Amino acid sequence: MTDFLQLIVSGFANGCVYGLIALGFVLIYKATEAVNFAQGDFMMLGAFLCVGFANQQFLGLPFWLAVPLAIIVLALLSGIFDATILRQMAGESQVSVVILTIALGFVLRFAAGTIWGHEPVSLETPFAGADIQFSGLVLGVDEVATIIVTLLLTALLYLFFSKTKLGLAMQAASQNMLAAYYMGVPVKRVQTLVWMLAGAVAAVAGVLFAARGAIDPSAGLLGIKAFAAAAIGGFGSLPGAFVGGLIVGLVEPIAARYGPAGVAQIAPYAILLIVLAVRPGGLFSQTQAKKV
Amino acid sequence: MRTLFKTSYDTDIDWFSHPAKLGWYLVLLAAMLALPLYFLWQNDSYLLGEVTSVLIFAIAGLGLMLLTGQTGLASLGHAAFMAIGCYANVLLLNAGLPWLIAFPVAGLIAGALGTLIAFPVMRLHGVYLALATLALSVLMVDFIVLGEAFTGGVAGIAVPDISLFGFTVNRYANPYAFYYVVLAVCLITVAIYRNILRSPTGRSFAAIRDSEISARAMGVDPTKTKALAFFLSCSIAGLAGALFGHNATYVTHETFDIVMSITLLLMIVIGGLGTIHGAFLGAIVVGLIPVLIANTRTVLATSFGISGNIPGIEQAIFAAILIGFILFEPMGLYGRWMKIRTWFDLFPFYRKGLFARQKSYLKTERVQ
Repeated sequence: MTDFLQLIVSGFANGCVYGLIALGFVLIYKATEAVNFAQGDFMMLGAFLCVGFANQQFLGLPFWLAVPLAIIVLALLSGIFDATILRQMAGESQVSVVILTIALGFVLRFAAGTIWGHEPVSLETPFAGADIQFSGLVLGVDEVATIIVTLLLTALLYLFFSKTKLGLAMQAASQNMLAAYYMGVPVKRVQTLVWMLAGAVAAVAGVLFAARGAIDPSAGLLGIKAFAAAAIGGFGSLPGAFVGGLIVGLVEPIAARYGPAGVAQIAPYAILLIVLAVRPGGLFSQTQAKKV
Repeated sequence: MRTLFKTSYDTDIDWFSHPAKLGWYLVLLAAMLALPLYFLWQNDSYLLGEVTSVLIFAIAGLGLMLLTGQTGLASLGHAAFMAIGCYANVLLLNAGLPWLIAFPVAGLIAGALGTLIAFPVMRLHGVYLALATLALSVLMVDFIVLGEAFTGGVAGIAVPDISLFGFTVNRYANPYAFYYVVLAVCLITVAIYRNILRSPTGRSFAAIRDSEISARAMGVDPTKTKALAFFLSCSIAGLAGALFGHNATYVTHETFDIVMSITLLLMIVIGGLGTIHGAFLGAIVVGLIPVLIANTRTVLATSFGISGNIPGIEQAIFAAILIGFILFEPMGLYGRWMKIRTWFDLFPFYRKGLFARQKSYLKTERVQ
């Protein structure tokens, strides 16, 4: 029983990282209706930025300085990407944006590999290896931190989108770009802001990921699993992304433990295909049949 | 400048809009038929092999083009269908069927499975479709590993030689014969593709691409049309996969991975979406870039003493070229060629906005 609970907790923490990457997709999708296929690579870049600032092997800054620095730098990079490249794509088809971000992912992977090398490194954190004992369960501090940070971020972003003026402006910009523009929403600035936000979230996900395990330039491919998570939850919904991430994170270790060999890799995608077949808009669907 | 006078409605769907075009394509055909003679003279079968693999990639590109370029359904998982075609071909050949039967049947199997998979996926559009096909592409690798009894799994499986009219065609033993086999398949595919475009089916594909709602209003059944597009596209991809297997002579679970799916998509975008020429131009670019990079590396190393051996640089350069194309030439290489030709045709009356496309600003389908 304790074994099973242990499995659940570590799956939960894994699911939180997936959920955080998925949050990044959803943020961008919610506000610009574009899908950032490079979000996983942003996560990887955020992790490497933090590693580069904090680890002794590189700059060796204090951990609590390195984390905000990594978040700020990645947010700026993400914003610059939107303002310089993506802005020119306004009015083009969604598929071109998809291809553009896939290409960006390749470039980022190459850049990270050239700067920080292709060897897996892990982030040196002050709480590495620390545990919390809880009625027979052994919880790593990093796992607990991951879960708490993810829950907080999801709740904050949800409130941000539903309650604040800027959040509403972001939704308006996605629902009808021209109409929002006529209504006085500064669409360009709003979109750059949301890309910066997504970059910051990706950096947080990267820090949490690198603190729990090793990171290497191809870790961005994890983004594909996060996609499954986002699509299971329904692309436009923040709580959906979180729940989708949890589903993927929990199913994986359970299938690996109790299912036949090879099922663990297949399970997330099989769930994705089933969800898409049964509820095309995801579990927290926001899509309805279009009226002509 | 030439002026076309249309004297009958059939002119719109002629094979060639102008007799001169027919002439140029005949010249191209003759050149392609005579190409092995040049390599035979040079005794360089390596480059011929490169040309052959470009042709195979072009066939796969045609398959994806039919789906993405003509019908407007983006697929990030076409390597999965190539894998189905390849493994089906190998299994049928190993079961003792002659190549002339096994090869087309492998294509049909890929098409049938593609349609089967496509049915639940078809209700999705845009991003969700791309995601579902991406998931398929990832799943296919796992399925190949799991189905070890048939596919050889991680260890891989050897692809038997083609036996055709009593001859045995092997990529290494007789590259010239293999080239002609691939060229023949390529020509047949192009002919079928062009005929589809000329037929009502092709028109309904374009109608779905441009606006599903208006297509429905004109009496096109979107589900049936999309299923047909999936079937044709996956069949062609399956054929390309089978040829790819013969070209590689040995395939493993890593042969048809996600990078290949993405390469296919990049190929047709660089070439120019929605054109037959685009598939070929894209395949040429994709085939040439690694060669160019390798040559540049050698030049840098020998003349300047710079070691250009940075891991992953091929993919980065490829991605950078792609970003450049999407930003500055969304119509691809073929689009650029059209512009240049029109510039000469209309000289001096070419205007900048001649090929400008109407922008469609975003309106969501989501509701709060």
